Amino acid sequence: MDIAVCVKQTPDTEARIVPAPDRRSVAVEDGTWIMSPHDETAVELALRLRQECGGTVTVYSLGPERAEKAIREALAMGADRGVHLSCDVMPEDGAQTADALARALSGRGHELILTGEQAIDTQGAQVPQRLAMHLDLPCITAIESVDVGEGQCRARRMVEGAEECVRCALPAVLGINRRLAEPRYPSFRGIMQARRKPVETVAAALGESGLRTVAVRSPAGKGAGRILAYDDDAVGVLVGLLREEAKVI
Amino acid sequence: MGPILVVTESAAGAVRSTSRQVFSMAAQMAAAGGAEWTALVFEPCEGGLAGPSRVLVLAEESAAGYDPETYAAAAAEAARHVRAEVVLMAATATGKDLAARAAHQLGAALAQDCTGFGLQDGRLSFTRTPYGGKIITEVELETRPMVATVRPRAFLPMDVSAPAAPETFRVKLPERRMTVQRTEGRAADRPDVTDAAIVVSGGRGMQGPEHWPMLEALVEALGPTATLACSRPVSDDGWRPRSEHVGQTGRTIAPDLYIACGISGAIQHVAGIAGSRCIVAINKDPEAPIFQVADYGIVGDLFEVIPELTARLKASV
Repeated sequence: MDIAVCVKQTPDTEARIVPAPDRRSVAVEDGTWIMSPHDETAVELALRLRQECGGTVTVYSLGPERAEKAIREALAMGADRGVHLSCDVMPEDGAQTADALARALSGRGHELILTGEQAIDTQGAQVPQRLAMHLDLPCITAIESVDVGEGQCRARRMVEGAEECVRCALPAVLGINRRLAEPRYPSFRGIMQARRKPVETVAAALGESGLRTVAVRSPAGKGAGRILAYDDDAVGVLVGLLREEAKVI
Repeated sequence: MGPILVVTESAAGAVRSTSRQVFSMAAQMAAAGGAEWTALVFEPCEGGLAGPSRVLVLAEESAAGYDPETYAAAAAEAARHVRAEVVLMAATATGKDLAARAAHQLGAALAQDCTGFGLQDGRLSFTRTPYGGKIITEVELETRPMVATVRPRAFLPMDVSAPAAPETFRVKLPERRMTVQRTEGRAADRPDVTDAAIVVSGGRGMQGPEHWPMLEALVEALGPTATLACSRPVSDDGWRPRSEHVGQTGRTIAPDLYIACGISGAIQHVAGIAGSRCIVAINKDPEAPIFQVADYGIVGDLFEVIPELTARLKASV
């Protein structure tokens, strides 16, 4: 099976995220760049499907030069080849990302296109659906388990208050949740091989952004909490605080 | 300001609480902007709907059961029908999925999971908390219409008891190419974790699934708006169902009160609970990072603290 996986490079969860001096954009401080966790699971799923059915796994990533590192990480996990859609600045609007990915993926004949249900930085949660609609393919998102075979896929989705099982024919776009599988660590051999795997660089065709950030601020810092040592009185004091001060019970 | 359309989720003929919260935001926005607002429902809803200027009910022959592609097409058609400037939905799994599809059909920009809005000099903006809640952004959407989803519990649910006359909305929908099997959860005695005012959450410190009755007793003592959740390791190890997992890769919640029991408070966990109004941590390790985000905490053995807390809550009711 010919599988495409679209991954986004994001700051890791430890990074400090603060308003930039212009107060209209976000600055990332002392973070390292990682592959967004839901996307990493999408790579893992692709590798498992390749093991079952054979085929190739191509990794696509849109972003500035540093995004190639995310592609190399996926190659080190075992993906076969990469396509870097290069642009100067990571677009803020998921509609631009989906548009650029659709142009790159169109006509490549992938039977399955996998990506994370959302990126952990912008949390835009729209790329899989928009990408699928550009390519006129069915799309299932928020997937926590999936069976693929005989030209079909059957996926279980995470929804509030219900169990949902969705089926569609391939080719399709699937938006994956991290809970589907824990991604493998690249082996030393994988990392060495990844250096020699082909990565094609294409200039990304980015449209206009429909989204404009007009203000950015940090959440109001909470003062230090009231932390009590457990003694005869602690639980009584806590109940009093919840009732009288926080007024939440 | 132009008309607002709310795409409504319902179950068994009742509007979901998360959608009634969107009604509240729509009503506030409509009042601030002097706009009309319309609700689109996919099935006739009992008791009718109060509040919206108009109610569109998708005609039965068009509805024929939920499917994301056809429902999104219906939502986009309804937006065109009422000439909506703003389309709103709840930021549930279903709402976010429909919103992305409908936005694409409408050529619209989309802001997911908004916690509020602003309207100044005729300019509408939406508040978001991306990066796991580490930052707050105000965004403007430059398309017409624009689409936004509203985070559960960001607004109080609107009461929808008094009826308004619904109009039947007929629309030709695309061929179906997906089959959806949806089993509504049994009428749960507890609210969904995203919808509960009080959430009691257990982590590895609970030591095993056999100790959950202790948390259930605490939930019971906190009343009918309380429910259970858990950290990721707990759901990964199968101690609790995955639907209870809150955190960066699970559910994002914003209850009035979050009680973390035996949860260390890894940053990935905190990303899912950062919107909580009040966080209480119970943990024996005073260095646990959960205490840095907690409003209140008790450093102690949870097997002693929790039963005492439950007993005191019961005694004082």
